[in-house]
Amino acid sequence: MSLTSGIAGAWQRIGAMIFKEVRQMLRDRGTIGMMLAMPLAQLMIFGFAINNDPHRLPMALEVNDRSNFARAIDAALRNTDYFRVVAVVSAPGEGERLLQRGAVQFVVTIPPDFARDLVKGRRPQLLVTADATDPAATGNALAAIGDAVASALAHDLIGPLAARAGGSSPVDVVLHRSYNPEGITSHNTVPGLLAIVLSMTMVMLTALSVTREVEQGTMENLLATPLRPFEVMVGKIVPYLIIGLVQVMVILLAAAFVFQVPFSGPLPLMLGATLLFMITSLALGFTLSTIAQSQLQAMQMSFFYLLPSILLSGFAFPFRGMPQWAQIGAEALPTTHFIRLVRGIMLKGWTIADAATDLGVLALMLAILGTVAVRRYQDTVA
Amino acid sequence: MNAPAPAQPAQPQADLSQPVIDVHGLTKRFGGRTVVDAVDLVVGRGRICGFLGPNGSGKTTTLRMICGLLIPDAGEGQVLGFDLRRQRGAIKRRVGYMTQKFGLFSDLTIAENLEFFARVHGLDRRKERVAQALEQLGLASRADQLAGKLSGGWKQRLALAACVLHDPEILLLDEPTAGVDPQARREFWDQIHTLSANGMTVLVSTHYMDEAERCHEIAYIAYGRMLARGSIADVVDGSGLVALVGEGPGADRLASAIEQRPGVAMAAPFGTALHVCGPDLAALQAAVAPWADQIAFRVGRPSLEDVFIHLMRGAEDASVVVRA
Repeated sequence: MSLTSGIAGAWQRIGAMIFKEVRQMLRDRGTIGMMLAMPLAQLMIFGFAINNDPHRLPMALEVNDRSNFARAIDAALRNTDYFRVVAVVSAPGEGERLLQRGAVQFVVTIPPDFARDLVKGRRPQLLVTADATDPAATGNALAAIGDAVASALAHDLIGPLAARAGGSSPVDVVLHRSYNPEGITSHNTVPGLLAIVLSMTMVMLTALSVTREVEQGTMENLLATPLRPFEVMVGKIVPYLIIGLVQVMVILLAAAFVFQVPFSGPLPLMLGATLLFMITSLALGFTLSTIAQSQLQAMQMSFFYLLPSILLSGFAFPFRGMPQWAQIGAEALPTTHFIRLVRGIMLKGWTIADAATDLGVLALMLAILGTVAVRRYQDTVA
Repeated sequence: MNAPAPAQPAQPQADLSQPVIDVHGLTKRFGGRTVVDAVDLVVGRGRICGFLGPNGSGKTTTLRMICGLLIPDAGEGQVLGFDLRRQRGAIKRRVGYMTQKFGLFSDLTIAENLEFFARVHGLDRRKERVAQALEQLGLASRADQLAGKLSGGWKQRLALAACVLHDPEILLLDEPTAGVDPQARREFWDQIHTLSANGMTVLVSTHYMDEAERCHEIAYIAYGRMLARGSIADVVDGSGLVALVGEGPGADRLASAIEQRPGVAMAAPFGTALHVCGPDLAALQAAVAPWADQIAFRVGRPSLEDVFIHLMRGAEDASVVVRA
């Protein structure tokens, strides 16, 4: 008898706890919203956005030979689902420049005298250059090129030329993996990691540190002193910048000496871009902290930013493999642009001219976030 | 209620009659709620002004407006001759504000906390000032202890030390002695009087009547409105209340019965005695007549508490808005 009443009593008390927890949970709208939004966001990202077999990759066709065969190859490549021919150029080296800038993922170069060599059975070379900074993005597509070309030419190699179509391929498809010829994954991930580590620490640390002052009641004291909001911001940001710079050094040294990642661009440009990204992330963290009511909320918000930063920025999965809407969304993340900058500078030897667009976008983001942060963070308590 | 004084010239003088806090019509609303409603406050240099009122009456909000932490929605004023709205930076440099909640950094040591505030205020001879403050506090031997580990009374002393480090001309204290033992309270008030004797003006909010009596003057606010201001004698006289003090067997148990009688504003037991207050002495005497044979009633002076409770009951709560 006493046992049952003991158990009943325990349930009564547990019930009281559950009731209280549910009430508190329902009162914290931020957490409830996050709990509902998180699975939806993950479903969207993993279910629709991420694709390990990217299709419709942008390609440039450099045609140095105007013949029916070139047109047939053009048509065949357009017909494969893997490629989207976004530019047809004819000046030698122009395809290379598009690849360097990151405007296209592939360049197919049809050499001069392609038709003549083909007809004479000399197996002309068809040069396929891929941007292999992200090896995962190019693998399947490259495999598709050879078949597409062979079947395209089979249509045209008829009549007296039919003999060229049979047997071994009539053309010699030469693959060239630019910037990462051996397709080493770490050459892609280690520079990308720089962006992820900095996003994590810079955004989260700042968001937490400001809300902590508010939560512990020290902010009121700070604001009652002659400290101005801008001074509080700078004072909080500088120590984190130093932490960030140490992280940058560690990753860059490891990249160079442990992973042997090539570093082909100018170092000052790299450091400048990194600094810009760090300050942008700190400003974002500061902005979040002016919205969050508690450290817990600040943590949740940072997490909500980090999730797409890791998954959609091109760090973990090929950027070009995502559908249009996801790519547009990811363009709004500072991490996306910084990852492009890091890979561009380290692997592709970007100069300031190549980097200008992404640097400009980051600077614009910094201007917006900085303005929002300073405006929202007032020198009054309410 | 006092009429608003004319605007003061900008340069504060050492003259004791010169107000250093001079604000009029201060109003602050949060959402649809008027938390502070047209409050006037004038405090002269070197005075200790007690700021009293029930919980949620707007004391903290008023203090925050005076030290530049909040911008009033309406009202004007000068603090040390600086405009309350436009010169908040200058005010912040010359005012020390001690928050209700302990607001120092609990993960810094006592000395580090003081050093931080010395730096923020750009003080010279930092080391010397911090050492001096530690000495005065009696914390020199514990300078390296974390501030968060201190007991309530010590935290309060440290907080006071931190906000007078820059020699402010005005000290604003928000319920500084809540939860502090009587001895620490006594020492705290001795310190406040020393600071005031050296010319510092103090505005201190409190719930304790004995603390109110240690002030040179008091201001009573309820539901966001200033209900009484002046010396304690002024406030008591100004209330228009008279009191009878009854002593005798069971006097303290008659409060609720007597309070029902016409002409009685309130009746409250004080130990074994009973305070009966009302606006008219003859009516009071008539009201207590049924018990006059057992209990000796003599004419007394209403206590400050009697006056405050009377004022509070008289003021309707205009701050409560009905939610749609």
